[in-house]
Amino acid sequence: MNIGIRDKAKGISKMKEAVISVKHLVKKFGNFTANDDLNFEVYEGEIFGFLGANGAGKTTAIRILSGLSAPTSGEVVVAGYNAKKQPEQIKKNIGYMCQKFSLYNDLTVKENIMLYGGIYGLKKALIKERTDLLLDKLNFREYGDRLISDLPLGLRQKLAFSVAVLHDPKIVFLDEPTGGVNPLTRRQFWEMIYETAERGITVFVTTHYMDEAEYCDRISIMSEGKIVALDTPANLKRQYNAASVDEIFVKIARPGNKPHPPAPSPEGEGEHIL
Amino acid sequence: MQKIIEASGISKKFGDTQALKDISFEVSEGEIFGFIGPDGAGKTTLFRIIATLLIPDKGNMKVMGLDSVSGYRELRKNIGYMPGRFSLYQDLSVEENLNFYATVFGTTVKENYDLIADIYSHIEPFRKRQAGKLSGGMKQKLALSCALIHKPGLLILDEPTTGVDAVSRVEFWGMLRKLRQHNITIIVSTPYMDEAMKCDRVALIQGGLILSVNQPEKIRSAFSRKLFSVKAPEKYKLINALRSYPGTITAYPFGDSVHVTFTDDKFDDSLIDYLGSMGISNIVINESRAGIEDRFLELMEK
Repeated sequence: MNIGIRDKAKGISKMKEAVISVKHLVKKFGNFTANDDLNFEVYEGEIFGFLGANGAGKTTAIRILSGLSAPTSGEVVVAGYNAKKQPEQIKKNIGYMCQKFSLYNDLTVKENIMLYGGIYGLKKALIKERTDLLLDKLNFREYGDRLISDLPLGLRQKLAFSVAVLHDPKIVFLDEPTGGVNPLTRRQFWEMIYETAERGITVFVTTHYMDEAEYCDRISIMSEGKIVALDTPANLKRQYNAASVDEIFVKIARPGNKPHPPAPSPEGEGEHIL
Repeated sequence: MQKIIEASGISKKFGDTQALKDISFEVSEGEIFGFIGPDGAGKTTLFRIIATLLIPDKGNMKVMGLDSVSGYRELRKNIGYMPGRFSLYQDLSVEENLNFYATVFGTTVKENYDLIADIYSHIEPFRKRQAGKLSGGMKQKLALSCALIHKPGLLILDEPTTGVDAVSRVEFWGMLRKLRQHNITIIVSTPYMDEAMKCDRVALIQGGLILSVNQPEKIRSAFSRKLFSVKAPEKYKLINALRSYPGTITAYPFGDSVHVTFTDDKFDDSLIDYLGSMGISNIVINESRAGIEDRFLELMEK
């Protein structure tokens, strides 16, 4: 498996550690195979884009990677823990942010930080220290006692991301992180993602928006339960002779032009996992 | 060409929030006109005023020659509106929903079938299925069929592609293009800048204000400075270094590169030396054509 550009820049002498390792992952619901022999690795500090059309099996795979669902067969190791045997350990070592439901609207900024810090078992003194740090970093001092519902969307998303990495997880999962924000906020958000990856936290991004994929170190594209492409955006563009990830996606993400029936799995792609 | 929408000085306030501030624009017959802007820009409020569902505090909204406030009864017969949230009857089947909408508007599915055939044929095999059990892409096609079944003169689509995958989005824009031959004017909103290129004309909207209205190509050309695309393996370091370089005006990450503008529209070897001194190597710099998003950012700076 090749290594991301970022790794080369840091020197190849020290091989990157895989924080997600997926071997022959299969997940079935009755007769329906949602994940059909997936194999991939994601490295420490990498920004990895996980793409696929609706119903391709992304949500199923992410639920397994985050310890919410057990694989039917295959070996999945996340942050050093086995997804089948140690799902609770996985949950403690990952962060999750989705665009819509990450924070409690009727709690203040500080209360949200306190709540998530508490859930992840951080000591009170440490929560306080990190709250101060976080509010300063985001220039958020004045907002500390405001309700989330009173914050503009852009600030809310930045805060949600910061809270998702409050406990220094090995991996943070982001679901369409910059949907709906203005272009400026969007860029500030990506800079936060870069900074987080620089700290060694792996960022696992799922999105429908292919221009978001362009920011990732490597991307994978799923179709009908399988990974059909996996490489750096630049290499994939060369391989498919395409100008953008969007073009590649439209070429390969869905075979044929048939209307796809709703996935018979019990979990729809639109479901938000927490 | 006939004007389908003439908006002048439209303002709307909700409590302390000024959702729309003195908005004016015109849409001509047969156009696909896009409103491009982030969440909270005022797109939905504006669409609801056009659809006669809200009354503006100030200003004049004329739709197909009628005032949107006094002429609402007539207008509603001639407008198709697809709201951002799926709002069909989840517990009725595909075909029941379509028949219902046709009946409400005093027509039949048969009468206007040619208009929706292209779209509806994709979901017709599932016509007995409950609408709530359709996939996202199919729900979208059903909603569009229902909004069109009375052959409206104006079709209003509020964020039809939000949450829809890239393949379905391409299909959806293809369907909109085909509707032109039926002489239906379409206004459509989206938070995604790349979709602007698919419209005949677009309005960039932010904070209740229209920043610019033009053909997408002209919006790109209006970018006032020379734009450079800078690449290096260590992107985060690169962004910070470019920002601290004295000759830089703006530096924003754009996918795998950084879009930069410089004082006097040029840079010299001192930039490479500077970046080198910050530990950045393998730098590639190219002049680049501004996209809609670059122009949006530029307008936001003002």
